[in-house]
Amino acid sequence: MKRWLPVIIFFVLVGFFAKGLFLNPREVPSPFIGKPAPAFTLPLVGNEAQSFSPADMQGKVWLLNVWAPWCVSCRQEHPVLMQLAQDQAVPIVGLNWKDKDREAAQLLAQQGSPYAAVPDDLSGKVGIDYGVTGTPETYVIDKAGIVRLKHIGPIDMDVWKNKIEPKLKELGA
Amino acid sequence: MKKLLFAILLALAAPTFAGEAAPNAEDPVIEQRMIRLAEELRCLVCQNESLAGSHAELAEDLRREIRAQMKAGKNDKEVIEYLTNRYGDFVLYQPPFKPVTYLLWLGPLLFLMIGGVVWYATLKKRRALKDAPLDEKRLAAAAQLLEDNK
Repeated sequence: MKRWLPVIIFFVLVGFFAKGLFLNPREVPSPFIGKPAPAFTLPLVGNEAQSFSPADMQGKVWLLNVWAPWCVSCRQEHPVLMQLAQDQAVPIVGLNWKDKDREAAQLLAQQGSPYAAVPDDLSGKVGIDYGVTGTPETYVIDKAGIVRLKHIGPIDMDVWKNKIEPKLKELGA
Repeated sequence: MKKLLFAILLALAAPTFAGEAAPNAEDPVIEQRMIRLAEELRCLVCQNESLAGSHAELAEDLRREIRAQMKAGKNDKEVIEYLTNRYGDFVLYQPPFKPVTYLLWLGPLLFLMIGGVVWYATLKKRRALKDAPLDEKRLAAAAQLLEDNK
């Protein structure tokens, strides 16, 4: 037994390192899980006279998807969101983050919009209030306006099936 | 030789041209306070850079925000609270001492203690070995063995 101790310690260490190697350093735990989604009021892209506020979604389970026209991985995510919108899986609100070149309206007109509303966060302050570090990031917000899940990076079918959809079912969407 | 010297001199001279843009020093006192605080904070985009040193756009935005809050009279603690409320303890290079970080802070001490216990046990065993009186019977057996092998 004593002779094998170093070997056992070695493999335990290898186990820890292997786990660390496959962790995603971008997946920083969000301090908002279980807390109310920060309030904001922003004008809508393409319709500045109207505004959006998270309070408008009270009583619904919904996704807040932070995206930007200049963001490459958001384009990768776009068809997945389109599919979800087509299936009417869940209302998706697309926070247009720091769109300095004002391209969102045109892009959505060209490629189709999966969004129920597109609030326009030009200064990026609302994104910062939500702890956004880079687009795309998606928050699952429940009927009472509490943040239940945050996904960093693009949503693909795997993430949807294994992470987001089960959470929505749990929240009674 | 002259060429080499010239090359070395050229290499030494180059950095003087690469001056950084002058910092936004509207208020040098606040700028300094901001930089000092931002050096203790992690940039969320380039995670191994501090908020003070990062060129990421988000870092610029956050520096602007810190500046604005300091101008509005908030103290360092309030500014840090503003950031940890949004980005979590991960922004701090020095995580706070609380239940989830007990192992992080006390771990090294724990390992030192384990090492101390092992060290003490080894020493004790070694001393016990040295102090053990020679067993008459086994001594005789050893002598017998030596005798037999002759």
